[in-house]
Amino acid sequence: MKFSLERDVLAEAVTWTARTLPQRPPAPVLSGVLIKSAENGAISLATFDYEVSARSEVPAEVTEPGTILVSGKLLAEISRALPNKPVEVTTEGSKASLVCGASRFTLLTMPVEEYPTLPELPELVGSIDSDEFTHAVAQVTVAASKDDTLPLLTTVRVEVEEDTITLLATDRYRLALREIKWQPAQPGLSTAALVRARTLSEAAKSFGSAGRVDVGLQVGGGMDRIGFMAGGRVTTSQLEDGDYPHVRRLFPESTPIQAIVDTQALIDATKRVALVAERNSPIRLSFSEGQVVLDAGQGDDAQASEVLEAELTGEEISVAFNPHYLLDGLTALGEPFVRLGFTHPNKPVEFLGQKSVDGDVVDDYRYLLVPIRFTS
Amino acid sequence: MSVGSRVDITRRTWGQEDDACNIIHIDMDAFFAAVEVRERPELLGQPVIVGGQERAVVLSATYEAREFGVRAAMPMAKARRLCPEAVVVAPQMSRYRQVSQEVMQILHEFTPLVEQVSVDEAYLDVAGARRRWGSALAIGERIRALVSEQLNITCSVGIGASKLIAKLASTHIKPNGIIVIPRSTQVDFVQALPIGALPGVGGKTSSMLRARGIETVRDLARTDPGVVRYWLGNVGSHLHDLAWARDASAVQPERVELSVGAERTLAADTQDPAELDRLLVELCEKVAHSLRKRGNSAATVVVKIKFADLRTVTRSRTLTSSSDRAVQFVATARALLTPIIQGGQSIRLLGVRAEQLSQTAAIGIQATLDEVVDDSAQRDDHVTSAVDHVMSRFGASSLRSASSLGASTTTRH
Repeated sequence: MKFSLERDVLAEAVTWTARTLPQRPPAPVLSGVLIKSAENGAISLATFDYEVSARSEVPAEVTEPGTILVSGKLLAEISRALPNKPVEVTTEGSKASLVCGASRFTLLTMPVEEYPTLPELPELVGSIDSDEFTHAVAQVTVAASKDDTLPLLTTVRVEVEEDTITLLATDRYRLALREIKWQPAQPGLSTAALVRARTLSEAAKSFGSAGRVDVGLQVGGGMDRIGFMAGGRVTTSQLEDGDYPHVRRLFPESTPIQAIVDTQALIDATKRVALVAERNSPIRLSFSEGQVVLDAGQGDDAQASEVLEAELTGEEISVAFNPHYLLDGLTALGEPFVRLGFTHPNKPVEFLGQKSVDGDVVDDYRYLLVPIRFTS
Repeated sequence: MSVGSRVDITRRTWGQEDDACNIIHIDMDAFFAAVEVRERPELLGQPVIVGGQERAVVLSATYEAREFGVRAAMPMAKARRLCPEAVVVAPQMSRYRQVSQEVMQILHEFTPLVEQVSVDEAYLDVAGARRRWGSALAIGERIRALVSEQLNITCSVGIGASKLIAKLASTHIKPNGIIVIPRSTQVDFVQALPIGALPGVGGKTSSMLRARGIETVRDLARTDPGVVRYWLGNVGSHLHDLAWARDASAVQPERVELSVGAERTLAADTQDPAELDRLLVELCEKVAHSLRKRGNSAATVVVKIKFADLRTVTRSRTLTSSSDRAVQFVATARALLTPIIQGGQSIRLLGVRAEQLSQTAAIGIQATLDEVVDDSAQRDDHVTSAVDHVMSRFGASSLRSASSLGASTTTRH
């Protein structure tokens, strides 16, 4: 096998493809990146860990077609460190050599025949704006659980209904829901899938500036899979199994008490006041006519408080939150104003974004957070 | 009952003046065993071992039993072999706790500055109490007399200028003695001790130091502090300070316990996941109950396993939010235990510990969406308080494993 291409092209392709390689691969061959050079003037790179696969194709000058398997981590490091000159890769027996300017590397190859067959690409079901998709995924994955003891909650539920995709995630303490418009490939599509939050977030980030991302989905065929494709890059992920809890019912039907606050001012004040909230201790928000008082710390410990402007409708109310969960929600909103909806100091609080103090709510994103409860 | 290395240096007079010596360390002599003997006078003068059945360890032994080599934390089977004529008594933790409270009451008559470090040990800072009670030695003598008269058990008293010296002194003079280590001779005193006598020097550290030629505290004191620091990091600097009797730690009344735990040695080694799981749940419930009794929540759960070959592993995980509920601990503890038992090795001991404690009243409880929406949070509170009530009523069995001094089947640090 023999091919050559520009350093930048190689480095970018290897880095992208190798990014999902597992830290501790279940089998040594899975730490490799599979490189195939074809006669059509392109090389393809692939990684797979039985769950997630990544494939990319880049133009290259192919002199001799062939396939090799080399350590993905090492190749990524090497290609990033090379001088900015054309790179030539050739194989000699069980070794691959890589020459770039005056640098020369010899890499061990792994047996290609031991590499598992890459999963087939799932059927194309539609496409979505990549920036919007990346933002939507980031907004929802903040609420997904990082605790592997509850595997179901480390996933994001993706519901597809005609031209709307709904993303849902919860770690039992908060719940995030985002609706997003997309272009289905055919009418009448209605399905749902569970994708691991980490995988989804990783995939969404890696397609961040691709323009549009094609989405593939294969459900009900034994090996359920989701795939994202854009600009010669494809990533697929196995779907998770399980009955996701019915979480939509958790959103309150109405919130008789509502407060509107400048989002950034609230984020900044929360960060300051939370400095004294050690470990899991809460931050309290007390809303009254025209203002909200934030405070944390009590007794002999350090204390902090801050007053912000707030527009309150309904009775005065005081709630306590885990400051991290509060910041996650406020940051994810991405709108200049936040509307907090309350029913009772111990009941979940709904966070919605607004473009202006007296504007309409942006209801495509909702963050629901359970306050901290104090037993008497 | 102390398991630290016994001080085996020539008994000599370290001096009498105690002007700068404000710290008193009280250590009950063979506490659990002494309480048993006091309640059953026919045991007086006999070797008595307090401990459980089968695979349990010795919690306490009278000095008569110790003459046969019986020590705290020793497996019961070994203790019986060493001293077959010993009378073995099952522990009654609630009783010991009660006597312990009576001891502490006596101590509080002299000063409010009492730091209870375990059921049978406490420090007193008598700097302010001397005006009323005279010298530290006089206070120590008075305490010994009161404990002996009112409770019919004995204690040892060490007096020094710091907690370090007071503690080493009481260990030195045990049993049933009192000693003052004046400030002028405290450095000589501490440096005459074997390295293992310093608090914080356990088996690993002491064998590591011995390998480097450090046998006594004096050897350590004469080693360049930079070198000791290189060997042991911050611990090394601290030990070097102790070797020069530099200990500025204050007597802290109402010591805040850093963790709550429970562990148990199984009656027979097992690799049965079901049996281990039952025990895990029981231990988690015990830990959660202890936390609630103290008004604490914990942020971290630690699982400890000792295999049949005595190799020990501990695994810990931080909870998403602090909790005082067994159900949270069980979920996390299971996740920690499962990969360890998948190895299929036999397990001898299982322990669960809750760490990073906070006051529940200050931090509240992070409820979950489902329990808040269907109001099960309140139901859960009711159930939990009922459980606590029952556990308190049948306290003897729960207290048995939930307390002790590192020497028993259950530890609390």
